[in-house]
Amino acid sequence: MTDQAYNFAYLDEQTKRMIRRAILKGVAVPGYQVPFASREMPMPYGWGTGGVQVTSACLMPEDCLKVIDQGADDTTNAVSIRKFFQRTAGVQVTEATAEASVIQTRHRIPETPLREGQILVYQVPIPEPLRFLEPRETETRKMHELEEYGLMHVKLYEDIARHGQIATSYAYPVKVEGRYVMDPSPIPKFDNPKLSDNAALQLFGAGREQRIYALPPYTQVVSLDFDDHPFEAGKAPHDCDLCGAGESYLDEVIVDDAGGRMFVCSDTDFCASRQAVGHRGRLSPEEV
Amino acid sequence: MMEGSDLSIFAKKKPQPMASTAPLLRVEGLTKRYGARIGCADVSFDLYPGEVLGIVGESGSGKSTLLSCLAGHMAPDAGRVIFDTAEGPRDTREMSEPERRRLARTDWAYVHQNARDGLRMGVSAGGNVGERLMAVGARHYADIRTTATDWLGRVEIAPERIDDRPSAFSGGMQQRLQIARNLVTGPRLVFMDEPTGGLDVSVQARLLDLLRGLVREMGLSVLIVTHDLAVVRLLADRLMVMKGGRVVEQGLTDQVLDDPQHAYTQLLVSSVLQV
Repeated sequence: MTDQAYNFAYLDEQTKRMIRRAILKGVAVPGYQVPFASREMPMPYGWGTGGVQVTSACLMPEDCLKVIDQGADDTTNAVSIRKFFQRTAGVQVTEATAEASVIQTRHRIPETPLREGQILVYQVPIPEPLRFLEPRETETRKMHELEEYGLMHVKLYEDIARHGQIATSYAYPVKVEGRYVMDPSPIPKFDNPKLSDNAALQLFGAGREQRIYALPPYTQVVSLDFDDHPFEAGKAPHDCDLCGAGESYLDEVIVDDAGGRMFVCSDTDFCASRQAVGHRGRLSPEEV
Repeated sequence: MMEGSDLSIFAKKKPQPMASTAPLLRVEGLTKRYGARIGCADVSFDLYPGEVLGIVGESGSGKSTLLSCLAGHMAPDAGRVIFDTAEGPRDTREMSEPERRRLARTDWAYVHQNARDGLRMGVSAGGNVGERLMAVGARHYADIRTTATDWLGRVEIAPERIDDRPSAFSGGMQQRLQIARNLVTGPRLVFMDEPTGGLDVSVQARLLDLLRGLVREMGLSVLIVTHDLAVVRLLADRLMVMKGGRVVEQGLTDQVLDDPQHAYTQLLVSSVLQV
């Protein structure tokens, strides 16, 4: 089959208009989960069908797309979604954060600060932050409506009671502009401070759950906490073993069966560009 | 209404335990229908601060419907439910939903018959007690925990079980935990729906003893629905007997139980098993 059988960026124009309306509403009410008629996509739920639909509705022919999965440009999910849009939209693609105009991400915010005009699209598995505390959707909607968010703190209370600290390390709940409590998708809480006052437009798409929500540029986002247990953005206490960066979020990699391990930047573009200008880490190859 | 004469007799003998003369809750002509059937019809009464009012009757007599309507879980079809809020008496039916829900988690408390309905089973005992505190804005972990520990003590749950989940508790403990969770914000009006249902007699006795202590100590007003006459004999100052959705008799507990006037009340009292 030729790729021309598809409309630009796979979805038909009416669907894209529907999604854009949801996005506009989401931008108008930051943090509010807007229902939308999620379509079947040619990939399974859980692979980013929500993010793909939002990206599809945002893409223009002159856009430059970057797709990351857990910070990496070269994992299966990122590669297939990037190829999908290369085929169906023919847009330029890149791995460099600074060059991209649309970035679809799964579970990370790039280390390189985003700029105005960029769009960051998140893939969201479960948009409802109160889901595991209150299973009734009718009730959680009412709680959002009436701003009854005491329950969110019960979750944090349980964390401290059980672990001595707030052990939630990803999908850490945030409050947007003092109003809606929002699940920032499973990004590590290390990335939570970057949600706030970000220059880029941040869009969240949950395909299976049929919800879209958004953070317009420069939105105030506060991570929830207790007065005596303040929010801390944590990361592994190491430097990157390949580029030596001390401030980036790290992945732990087991390298042998004798307890050997290394820590590397989860953001591959950030790590590679640092190595390219000569930064070296503990396990970098010897220079020849 | 045939029993109107009975009502007027006992209306004069309404006890007023506190000096305050304004009723905490005034109910006027409350009616709830399920289609053609009657849930409860034309129920009127006053509840004064510090007073415990028992509502008895057999299954299907409309007790629980009445309680749900009063607590705002169901919308009644007619009548008024006037609660003496901090800003003066207000009809709860005319309140906006946010106001009513705020009332439900501050001034009101609701103890379910089945503790599982009133507790969060996946959350520790401390979290259960702390939830209402956090819902009204408590954001200091150590303070919340101290209050929770204190309340577990008051309902006779060992403080070291604060981090256990209610699923690890016995039925009686779950019920006591539910009571602690409800009373922690110092409500003024407590709705209880068969609080001792499903508990064995010795556990019941302990729970009743505890409840009686808390009610007296905190000066709570309580509406207690039950089919167990022994429970109301022990707890309630005043009694309302319901049948077929209507109040057939009301008065002081001892008077109603020792000298029942209405045929149905006489039947009810004589049906109690003697040991």
